[in-house]
Amino acid sequence: MRRTLGPAAALGVLLLLDRWVPAATNDYHFQVLMLIGINIVLAVSLNLVNGFTGQFSIGHAGFMAVGAYASAKFSLELGKPLVASMAALPAPLAQGVALLFALTAGGLLAAVAGWLVGLPSLRLRGDYLAIVTLGFGEIIRVVILNVEAIGAARGLPDIPQWASFFWVFGTVVVVVTLARHIAASTHGRAMFAIRDDEVAAEALGVDTTRYKVVAFVIGAFFAGVAGGLSAHFLSYLNPSSFTFLKSIEVIAMVVLGGMGSVTGSILAATILTLLPEVLRPVKDFRMVVYSLMLVILMITRPQGLLGTHELTWTRLRGWFGRRAPAKGAA
Amino acid sequence: MSEFLQQLVNGITWGSVYALIALGYTMVYGILRLINFAHGDIYMLGAFTGLYASRWFGAAQQPSPLKALLVLVTSMAVCAVLGMVIERLAYKPVRRSPRLSALITAIGVSLFLENGCVLLFGASPRFFPQIVEQRNLPLGFGVTLSNQQLIVIVVSLVLMLALRWLVLHTRVGKAMQAVSHNHMAAALMGISVDRIVTFTFMIGSALAAAAGVLVALQSPRIEPYMGILPGLKAFVAAVLGGIGNIPGAVVGGLVMGIAEVLVTGYLSPTYRDAIAFILLIVILLVRPAGIFGRAVAEKV
Repeated sequence: MRRTLGPAAALGVLLLLDRWVPAATNDYHFQVLMLIGINIVLAVSLNLVNGFTGQFSIGHAGFMAVGAYASAKFSLELGKPLVASMAALPAPLAQGVALLFALTAGGLLAAVAGWLVGLPSLRLRGDYLAIVTLGFGEIIRVVILNVEAIGAARGLPDIPQWASFFWVFGTVVVVVTLARHIAASTHGRAMFAIRDDEVAAEALGVDTTRYKVVAFVIGAFFAGVAGGLSAHFLSYLNPSSFTFLKSIEVIAMVVLGGMGSVTGSILAATILTLLPEVLRPVKDFRMVVYSLMLVILMITRPQGLLGTHELTWTRLRGWFGRRAPAKGAA
Repeated sequence: MSEFLQQLVNGITWGSVYALIALGYTMVYGILRLINFAHGDIYMLGAFTGLYASRWFGAAQQPSPLKALLVLVTSMAVCAVLGMVIERLAYKPVRRSPRLSALITAIGVSLFLENGCVLLFGASPRFFPQIVEQRNLPLGFGVTLSNQQLIVIVVSLVLMLALRWLVLHTRVGKAMQAVSHNHMAAALMGISVDRIVTFTFMIGSALAAAAGVLVALQSPRIEPYMGILPGLKAFVAAVLGGIGNIPGAVVGGLVMGIAEVLVTGYLSPTYRDAIAFILLIVILLVRPAGIFGRAVAEKV
């Protein structure tokens, strides 16, 4: 019963919100909201690699770029004719189907890239792996800068704007559910074991190589999907949006939220997307204040906002219950 | 042939700059296991301090070797103090935190320095005064070496030898080696670990500042974001040599510089940045701990 009820309810709520949210917000607020959604997907997907498995990847923007460009190119070449051929269907549905194909294509290509980058992790550890992922991110960016077919340095314009609220937050629901299920499964336990002590995990019979590569592939897939979503939301891509700084932004979300904490990633992605927007009134000082706050947060909460814990109703009740004992609380 | 030799000379010049920056990365890493992402920004600040110092000393109006030296030393001293302040304020509180938190702190410091400099100096490029008049010295075989390139190579060499002497033959250097082996044991032997860490940051920052001034001599456009890419590449150079290993950083820097210049000259200038990283990945796949790094067996 619960198995079908949950997804159905989520679908219903998302569809309702899809109607209501764009109408209830102005353009600016809507854009910030969508960016929060995309950043949550990015942060949770990187958390699978960095937070769950403890593999230090600093090239997430590279996977995002692969997915973004692949899905955008897919939509421009195949997606548009596909939508035209489905003229009988209502437009949002036809576009949704095309977007789903585009996102899958982008995600799959990013996953292949993730597999390729994950392979050296069989040999490299810690910072050396970090450098390989960093190198990969930079190589991708330079390649994109030089390929004329995807706009090179000019960027890729006129990508159809198909990513609606439903698709962005639908992806958020999917990636969060998946991450929570992985965390609760044997696979998740194996990943946590690798993070905490690789040698001990291996001694206990965990296939460390396999789980590391799996984490890379799943993480890269969703980074690619997030890239595809941002391409189909902003309708313009430029290689300069996928620099090392973008990877760093996502890592900051994972670390600030707490390694391995999915709800922490959601919280941190929201905070770190909102922070620069909230700081707009201080204009030139915006980035200075942002960076200072990052440093101060790290000094005061080095384990991240939630540590390795999850934010659950029981925990919330525990926090607030202590201050004002709820009536009849168990 | 002469073109190749000329490229090699240019490569060695760039390589010595990368090596100077890489030394700071590798020393800090050796002692704290921290990738100090703000190091590239210290290099940028070195160039800016040099700019103001050369105005202060009037080094551009009447260039003299003494004034140029004064500019270099001032910039190194100012950045050494800055390195100390950064270490005390930002890195010391997170020294016992998980390594990734320390890394994010370093990134925060890096963003702070970049954006702070945009506020202070403006985002548009500034021009470093010509404090050394350019002259070309023909070396034969059709190769020319500008006196500025010569200065870069000689100054880097002197600084590296000085560092080698410091680390191998002085008390403080021996203390640095001890701390990099084992904090706890070093502390038990009566070494003040805090002071050694601060000292390491000061030395590393001074070297990066020197690199900043030396680069500004040759390519005088300086701006607040100029440290990002050289910083990343110098870090790559440090890893290439085997991070934590001082001679490794020098060799890594030189390999990086020469490879980059050769790629730009013979293959494709647009792929210059990518090839540096491809080279890195290939080397790491063959030697996972870098050229000079020793694979350390993990203790259980």
